[in-house]
Amino acid sequence: MQLEAKKLSYRYGCYPWLFREVDFTLSPGEVVGLLGPSGSGKTTLCRILAGYVKPAEGRVLLGGKPITRKGYQPVQLVFQHPEKALNPRWRMRKVLKEAEVEDSILEALGIQSEWLSHFPGELSGGELQRFCVARALGKGTRFLIADEMTTMLDAITQAQIWNAVLNAQKQREMGIVVVSHEEKLVARLCDRVMRLSR
Amino acid sequence: MNVLKNKRLRALGMTIFSILFLGGVVILGLTLDKGNIVTHLEIRNAPPTLEHLFGTDWLGRDMFTRTMMGLTLSMGVGLLGAFCSTMIAAVLGMVAATMGKVADAVVSWSTDLFLSVPHLVMLLLISFSLGGGAKGIIAGTALTHWPSLARIIRAEIMAIRSADYVQVSRRLGKPGWWIAMNHIFPHILPQLAVGFLLMFPHAILHEASVTFLGLGLSPHQPAIGIILSESMKYLSSGLWWLAFFPGLCLLFAVRAFAAIGGNLRQFIRPSSAHDAR
Repeated sequence: MQLEAKKLSYRYGCYPWLFREVDFTLSPGEVVGLLGPSGSGKTTLCRILAGYVKPAEGRVLLGGKPITRKGYQPVQLVFQHPEKALNPRWRMRKVLKEAEVEDSILEALGIQSEWLSHFPGELSGGELQRFCVARALGKGTRFLIADEMTTMLDAITQAQIWNAVLNAQKQREMGIVVVSHEEKLVARLCDRVMRLSR
Repeated sequence: MNVLKNKRLRALGMTIFSILFLGGVVILGLTLDKGNIVTHLEIRNAPPTLEHLFGTDWLGRDMFTRTMMGLTLSMGVGLLGAFCSTMIAAVLGMVAATMGKVADAVVSWSTDLFLSVPHLVMLLLISFSLGGGAKGIIAGTALTHWPSLARIIRAEIMAIRSADYVQVSRRLGKPGWWIAMNHIFPHILPQLAVGFLLMFPHAILHEASVTFLGLGLSPHQPAIGIILSESMKYLSSGLWWLAFFPGLCLLFAVRAFAAIGGNLRQFIRPSSAHDAR
């Protein structure tokens, strides 16, 4: 099963085209980097690939079929800002229950059991991002799109999270898109790199 | 004193006091002897004494009993009116936020329409066209008080629906009703509760004023609006207690509801926990 984007174009309202006729293919087990200056449409491309936004032109195919909107999506997106991606009125336990995450993933990400009874406002950004990553690594996930997933974290936390993600990736033959400004991180993680320009 | 310095503790005290006051009024209104408000011509026009705390009127009816019963009745009418109004606001807000552009335009337009007509005029029209009485007033308050709350609910739901965590929830395969129950409803419940409590004093005051104007409850019922409008005729003959005590009680009841509503809003917003003033 491949994730394919065919001739994607997108613009916000009547503004100039953000990108035109972008082709993109992600195979299982492949880690692809997505680089480009600010405002080049990296995040928008991620949101289109994950099905959050409909492209203005072109289409996204999953295993040759257009993505459906019902049921668990095999393509999951991790946002840059975890504090916005978690319901402030939910305890972390409920977040994990919503996604039915396996315990082995929690362990690999270093999620401690005492965090589970806290609200998002009571945890740090790094702690919250681990929950967001865990949530995106549910059983049905085949492709993970990491939009600046570890940009705001310190080096040790970055390494821990990426280790856990790459282990899960190898086990399940997941495809991953890595969006980052850090060339070195991308060079280290990725099999190939795709560049967007303004 | 420390208790008076912490806003939250003071608010808690005010809330408890208000609840006790309102509860006391309702209990008195329901339990006081109805014999006190039949005609006793031998004690008519008596000024306030220990036996008749609020005095008696020109038919010898005990004004304290009439006031308590009147307030209880007003609260009942206000409760029903405010509750129906909150429900209308919740449903319309939800419809506007979730059912697409046409529904949103229709609801927003009617919200603006209802907001542009003065409350009392609309209330009088609805109450009058339904033939007055409790039914007319309840329908009137229910149909006129929803617009501003409906607007708030609509905006709330729209904001939550576009939040990242709701989008994620959808991608995790959660159905719409599950998201509504787990993500959206817990967010708007406090808004609804506060909106309901703050609507209450409006509903009571409007009930009293419509009744005062003679388009509300029937003169046989001990409603607070009736008491006040009847007492107007006797003010010039020096029977000041007929209007003074019932009016004061109405004021206290309305303030009590406003205090409960306002304090609840403060409790729900945890950032105000340690406000010094």
